[in-house]
Amino acid sequence: MPYQIIVCGGLAPDPLQTLEPVFDPAKPSLKNELMLPAVFDPWAAHALYEAGHLAKQHPGSTVRVVSLAPKAKLQQVMMTVAQKLPFELVALDGPGGGFTDAGAVAAALADAIASMPDLDPPRLLLFGGWESATRGAGVVMQRVAARLGITEQFLAVDELAVEADGSLLIKERIEGGRHQISRCAGPPAMLAWATGNLPEPPNHPQTGMANMRVIMPALQKAKPAALEPAAEYLRTALPAAVRQTRVVKDAPAAEIAREIAEWIRQ
Amino acid sequence: MAMNGESTQQPPALDADILCAGFGPATAGFLWTLTQGLQRPEMAGVESKAVPGLPPQIVCYERADDIAFGVSGVVTRARAIRASIPDLDPAAIPLAARVKEEKLIYLLDPVGATRRPAWMRLADQLCRALSGVLGLEHEGLALPWVPEFLHKRGGFIFSLGQFNQWVGQQVMMSGLAQIWPSTPVAGPLIEDGQVQGVRLAADGSEVRAALTVVGDGPVGAVGRQLDEHFGMPAGHRRDEWAVGMKMVIDLPEDCTLEEGTVWHTIGFPEPEIFGFLYVHPGRVASAGIFVPSWMDSPVRTSYRYLQHFVQHPYLWRHLRGGRLRSWGAKSLLESGRRGEPYLAGDGYARIGECSGSTNVLTGSGVDEAWLTGAQLAEAALELLREGKPFSRENLEAAYVARRRASWLERESQAAERARNGFQWGLLPGFAGMALAGLTGGRLALPRRGEERKPKKLAEYYAGRLSRSEIERARRRAEAEARPLHDALMDLCGWPPVVYDGQLLVSHQDALLMGGKVQAPAEFPDHVVFRRPQLCLECETHLCVEICSGEAIRIAAENPAGVPAFDREKCVHCGACLWNCPVSNIEFCAAPGGLHSAEN
Repeated sequence: MPYQIIVCGGLAPDPLQTLEPVFDPAKPSLKNELMLPAVFDPWAAHALYEAGHLAKQHPGSTVRVVSLAPKAKLQQVMMTVAQKLPFELVALDGPGGGFTDAGAVAAALADAIASMPDLDPPRLLLFGGWESATRGAGVVMQRVAARLGITEQFLAVDELAVEADGSLLIKERIEGGRHQISRCAGPPAMLAWATGNLPEPPNHPQTGMANMRVIMPALQKAKPAALEPAAEYLRTALPAAVRQTRVVKDAPAAEIAREIAEWIRQ
Repeated sequence: MAMNGESTQQPPALDADILCAGFGPATAGFLWTLTQGLQRPEMAGVESKAVPGLPPQIVCYERADDIAFGVSGVVTRARAIRASIPDLDPAAIPLAARVKEEKLIYLLDPVGATRRPAWMRLADQLCRALSGVLGLEHEGLALPWVPEFLHKRGGFIFSLGQFNQWVGQQVMMSGLAQIWPSTPVAGPLIEDGQVQGVRLAADGSEVRAALTVVGDGPVGAVGRQLDEHFGMPAGHRRDEWAVGMKMVIDLPEDCTLEEGTVWHTIGFPEPEIFGFLYVHPGRVASAGIFVPSWMDSPVRTSYRYLQHFVQHPYLWRHLRGGRLRSWGAKSLLESGRRGEPYLAGDGYARIGECSGSTNVLTGSGVDEAWLTGAQLAEAALELLREGKPFSRENLEAAYVARRRASWLERESQAAERARNGFQWGLLPGFAGMALAGLTGGRLALPRRGEERKPKKLAEYYAGRLSRSEIERARRRAEAEARPLHDALMDLCGWPPVVYDGQLLVSHQDALLMGGKVQAPAEFPDHVVFRRPQLCLECETHLCVEICSGEAIRIAAENPAGVPAFDREKCVHCGACLWNCPVSNIEFCAAPGGLHSAEN
């Protein structure tokens, strides 16, 4: 069965950068945010690689990325991501970084998906990261799915297998390092990916050049997405309780208990 | 874009009309001018030959992981950049500022360890004796004027990374060109004396184009292979280089340096090493040095010298308490016009630093590189409009002739012999530069027949260190798997660098804090020692000493063997390539390297 796979993913600062939140009177942001190089959000990237893999296994499937990010930065990042696998792009020109409201982001993404003229729910698999590397709210994909009326939702997905009857076998991460294995009859379904099992595909320049035939026009048609903030971000701070770690071998249980009690009393 | 055709009878199909190798200031100037020009009314009828019916297909491949990962000073008069972008507003580009104050400063030796010739030591004594009259402060003397040929009045201070990023975004938003990062180009496709395109390093795939624009910098794989294949024009050589290394520094809150301040320095940390300090907006400064190939030290190092440079009292009073926020290094091709290759051939043209555009007299390269790109773009527009092929004759007439008729050529000629004196010595070097600069190149010292090269250790340290001291230092360095320069500089009286964890940090910490180096897994080592035997016979491994990222090291388990290369630390400066005295290093195209957008 060919799938219509839609991957939601934004941008995040290059993981090698040092980030420092700053709060000016207008809005919170990252220090030197304009200067920071960006990458496709690593969690969403895993979802994208899985989408590409699935599409390759099921001929006729399509992969479409829906991304809300500053347009110029998105264009820059797409020049790398587009070399990984074939996909189309729907671009929304809006704020990046972690200081956006999850509900507003979800609404913008869901509206963009709902307005696709060829949206085909019986074939629709909605992919994304289980959280973003910018804020980690971890709720955007559920809210997008809810707005689209998709009730089959899976979080922290590490593996997806399509059974012979077309049903989906899904492994989700749960407590204790275990996987919860579920089956759902088929699309539409939302899968918010953890890391998955696939490595980052190597760059393939010819794929990138082919992708750009549809990505460039999509970027130029990017609609502005002004997100209304639902919360007021005041500041960032380190947790008040600082963890203290010591490594001590062969300490008696009674001594450990005494130390912990003493620490709590302090 | 069209895919390659399979017929061997027909000319190979094109993937693009114009293909650029490398995205630096030259290619930025090229793509800016080209994409602007393609939007002029007279270009409306110009179609792609690669994909008929569409506008010309223009692609650019950049080795680094982002188009913002470039390294340079930069202070520039920006004549060419402003001509291309008349309404350029520095406020639109992070870290950009207008030049407000410019000084040329002679730095005395405050530590007593530099290798100053007698005349320079005398100059130091005189400066100190007459400090009140001369205005000596903090062991530095601001010269009363900046020579006309050196000044950057009316220009800009940039972060090259941010400038490249800004231009790249504008170019791509035009929809007329694609700039692909993380895409190193392995080499040119040369068939029947004609450049047909390039071969990509990632998967070996070929990309064909009617015009290949080569702007991959001084150590780029495409430019070097073209030089090997076509040779150099008679009398032209690439024999003068430098390592430029810089820190981008968050200045302390009480720092009084004003945005737009530009300092050029001479005299310290060694007389041969020039330095700079530029102040960006937001209390940020760039400070750096240039270590030239004609410095005859057999253990030349950039990082240790940079640490001593920033600690010179003249700078340190402003930098103390600052924080390293970025760091980077690159090779500079300083042969100028003498290092100019064939600028155009059938199907290709050279622009930027790899085309010999850097002016060593004015200390300027970015604006010159931009100009060469803009000139080639105007030429390409002309040839596209007239439907002419990108043949050598047409490119000579449209591009090279433009270049020859411009200020770039005049100033290149003036600078061509300006550094000759440094082949004789320091004093002739400064005198020669002044002579060439003040006479517009009409007068200059002749060049010595033999190139000034690194001396043997014993010769270089004669009178300062005994052979046994050098040998002990060498054994210690080998045992600790460290470069030799630290041990020798310590013995010569250079004070230890006391790390503060903020600005003064170990070389490895600079990679982690200020550069953030990455090497993708799917590529092989890009630095290869061709003939191991030559490394075994090498007295001083200059590749180890000069390496900007300590990526080339003597292996502790095999101290007498071939140096080990760790590509996870390589910043792709290419200094190993031209420092190897026996040309035993292959420097291949590869992605990765520095992940800083601020250099």
